Amino acid sequence: MAKSGKIAVIGDKDSVLAFKAVGAETFSPSGQFETNDLVKKLKDDYAVIFITEDLAEQISDTIDKLKTRAYPAVIPIPAGNGSNGFGMRGIRKDVEKAIGADILFGD
Amino acid sequence: MARLTVNPTRMELRRLKTRLKTATRGHKLLKDKSDEMVRRFMELIRLNKSLREEIEGEVKEALRSFMLARAVASSEDIEQVLSMPKVRVSIETGTKNIMGVDVPDVNINMPAPEDLLPYAFAGTSSDLDTAVVKLSGLTEKLLRLAEVEKTCNMLADEIEKNRRRVNALEYVMIPQLNETIKYILMKLDENERGNLTRLMKVKSLMEERDAT
Repeated sequence: MAKSGKIAVIGDKDSVLAFKAVGAETFSPSGQFETNDLVKKLKDDYAVIFITEDLAEQISDTIDKLKTRAYPAVIPIPAGNGSNGFGMRGIRKDVEKAIGADILFGD
Repeated sequence: MARLTVNPTRMELRRLKTRLKTATRGHKLLKDKSDEMVRRFMELIRLNKSLREEIEGEVKEALRSFMLARAVASSEDIEQVLSMPKVRVSIETGTKNIMGVDVPDVNINMPAPEDLLPYAFAGTSSDLDTAVVKLSGLTEKLLRLAEVEKTCNMLADEIEKNRRRVNALEYVMIPQLNETIKYILMKLDENERGNLTRLMKVKSLMEERDAT
């Protein structure tokens, strides 16, 4: 059941504008609640939602809820000012959930 | 371990024995499933980690060039040149099945990279070109990351659920059934012995009566 999907990029203006050039749709919400509403609105229309890490951290509850569905994939990406490690923490959380201990990062 | 509240009858015993057989088989199957899922998960999560590490570096670099471009040009200009993207990455989304979990499967149709820039070179700095080229090269990787990371999320979830099921069978269901079966067997044996003694008693009573 392959269907075509759209890509959304959510983040501050400096970070997401560049993604416009590759054909993704960009959104720049201001504030936590607006971000939350935006993700909820986009979740049925877009297959992949990239969201900058600082915003992802603010609405991690909403993102966790979407984790059990196949689509959309909400993926944190670093913003222009660098990564704050939220994405990596997500991977570590997965490992701990599945294996019961963090065996990948080992620190 | 608490036993189930059932009547100690032969029929109940037979029913419980079938249940125990099913539970044991289910437990073995689920355990195998869990092992295989963990194996797949380990493969994927390693891939996920290395992809993410790569991407975090590269996205940062691309965005840095972009910021440089923004710094020298006015933001209206940049917005204007980027507002009509020439290429559009189209993706096809489906699902594939890993150990009974429907995980996303993304097919990427990346357009040819030569006519990527949707603007003329006059009026914008070369940093913008670099940023756009870098980002478009990254798009495929980003989507791959999206697919892998989502798969890992869902697998982790499923592994956790599966482990609960395995544990429930191993530590609750199966011991309970064993206990109950043992209880019924003992009870039936006890009844048998009770019956036997009663018969012997009756017989001896009758013999006593006949003798007198």
